[in-house]
Amino acid sequence: MNRIDQLFQQKPKEVLNIYFTAGFPQIGDTLTVLQALQDGGADMAEIGMPFSDPLADGPVIQDSSTRAIANGMKIAVLFDQLNGFRDKIRIPVVLMGYINPVLQYGVENFLRSCQEVGVDGLILPDLPMDEYETEYKPLFEKYGQHLIFLVTPETSESRIRKIDSLSRGFVYAVSSSSTTGKDKDMRLQESYFRKLQAMKLQNPVLVGFGIRDKATFQTACQFSNGAIIGSAFVKAIENSANLQETVQTFVRNIKQ
Amino acid sequence: MDIAINTSQSRYHVNEKGYYGEFGGAYIPEMLYPNVEELRENYLKIMREPAFQQEFEQLLRDYVGRPSPLYFASRLSEKYNTKIYLKREDLNHTGAHKVNNTIGQILLARRLGKKRIIAETGAGQHGVATATVCALMGLECIVYMGSVDIQRQAPNVARMKMLGATVVPATSGSKTLKDATNEAIRDWINNPVDTHYIIGSVVGPHPYPDMVARFQSVISEEIKKQLLEKTGKALPDYVIACVGGGSNAAGAFFHFTDDESVQLVAVEAAGKGVNSGFSAATSQLGKPGVIHASKTLLMQTDDGQIVEPHSISAGLDYPGVGPLHAHLYTSGRGKFLNATDDEALAAAYELSLLEGIIPALESAHALAKLKDLDLQPDDVTVVCLSGRGDKDLETYIKHLK
Repeated sequence: MNRIDQLFQQKPKEVLNIYFTAGFPQIGDTLTVLQALQDGGADMAEIGMPFSDPLADGPVIQDSSTRAIANGMKIAVLFDQLNGFRDKIRIPVVLMGYINPVLQYGVENFLRSCQEVGVDGLILPDLPMDEYETEYKPLFEKYGQHLIFLVTPETSESRIRKIDSLSRGFVYAVSSSSTTGKDKDMRLQESYFRKLQAMKLQNPVLVGFGIRDKATFQTACQFSNGAIIGSAFVKAIENSANLQETVQTFVRNIKQ
Repeated sequence: MDIAINTSQSRYHVNEKGYYGEFGGAYIPEMLYPNVEELRENYLKIMREPAFQQEFEQLLRDYVGRPSPLYFASRLSEKYNTKIYLKREDLNHTGAHKVNNTIGQILLARRLGKKRIIAETGAGQHGVATATVCALMGLECIVYMGSVDIQRQAPNVARMKMLGATVVPATSGSKTLKDATNEAIRDWINNPVDTHYIIGSVVGPHPYPDMVARFQSVISEEIKKQLLEKTGKALPDYVIACVGGGSNAAGAFFHFTDDESVQLVAVEAAGKGVNSGFSAATSQLGKPGVIHASKTLLMQTDDGQIVEPHSISAGLDYPGVGPLHAHLYTSGRGKFLNATDDEALAAAYELSLLEGIIPALESAHALAKLKDLDLQPDDVTVVCLSGRGDKDLETYIKHLK
């Protein structure tokens, strides 16, 4: 069974998923951060594959991507780093990125590498649902990769149903109409969260965008199976002198 | 006048799914889906409304000053021993072809009930054209512009401000057109309900490339009529236009794509030379990929990072090309050439001295290839003179010294 499905089976509530950019702050930090996330108590990790033009992201994640690329991070380097990581890491890991670098790597090669190293799923925000359904779905299934789609407050109910039927693992509920790292007030979105809850989707729902601390995490968890923290975490580790400690403290502050 | 809304399906026009051959589509994050879908559902419907067409036509005539002249450039023709006509988009209000599209899109935005307009700009011509129509319609206008371009296109920045627009510098990446486009897309993500994004070129997610091409198609529609009047034949031998994203070329080619006797020549910016590492010649240097939500040819590294281009002309300084041009290139229908910074400068001086017309640096790239086309005395060539050179005077003066 896919580790993401296992996780939600065992722990349907307050799942904490943390995003970080591969190869940031230093090229060799990917596994250090991942290990520290698991040790600190994160339930899942989302590793960002840096892209030069990340349209859905705000300045914090774009800056971390720019630095990671300058550090020499590429998809091939990331797979090298992840080779053998399952000896130590048991939490589910999803890769997040934009479609162009994946197309250049080759979609099937990419999915095969994901399976080989032990990645559980993917978030590719600019891969259109139709194209996934008509061209790529069998490949994702062949290599055991869950594709996680996004919904937003502006997504229609019928489209949410469609997204839920194609998503595997969980549905990523973007908390507000925004790029990442904006501090929009989540309480304003309560009706949207309630709507999602009432729809009783077949997938678990994780809320992301604007989750930055214990309070926002708990608010999100009232309406969902958990939440994703990205920009706030990236900012926290940016200038860390002791990465392991910074990461673990960050996670504990959310969980405790 | 007709805004090319009833064009019969051509293999060079967009298909129902938003593709030109293998290029195009809408590679958008979910946050943009409702905005883009609203446009996709409505753009043709609105463009077909007689009241819309009437308003568009009237504004192009009375406000923009269309039809723009098709001018027989006799001294230039003499120099190249052929027949050269210039399509004078430089004489439009605001000084370039960009306004054809912004007039169309602002009317569309109003019908969609949008209150706030955003745009990206490179040379500033599209920014000025957007600020202009926003002033005309009384709508708020925010223009994203790379901070490098703000430096090199100061007169257009001043123009936008005088027209009441807010100019926001894009400081990420190469700080040019690509980054301004990223910032505009992000603004649209953050303001999904009340905002319309007026893209200035035939780039971006479907339906933008098609919509912008249709608004710009007035250029080739007029060329056909004017050429028939002047020469007795509606079809030239060559149509030449510069290509960054490619909107003036899309407009100049639109009604000729199915007439295979007409050679369509797209001129990209070679910068300091195609292989110098400082170039924007996308068809030569690009590979298929996705930029700004469209599958097209783009300049990128082996691992899919978008490369920062270079051109002396801010309007051509773009690492991608509209999907319709990628299709014209790969299908062989279009001939893709490129001109270096120096060739463009020389061509700008040549036109100024021979015809008394100072062209925009972008348009000068198209003129620069007249010498390479082996034009025969009886050949009829139309060059799309997409804009005037006032905005580039500083660069021209620097070169003069």
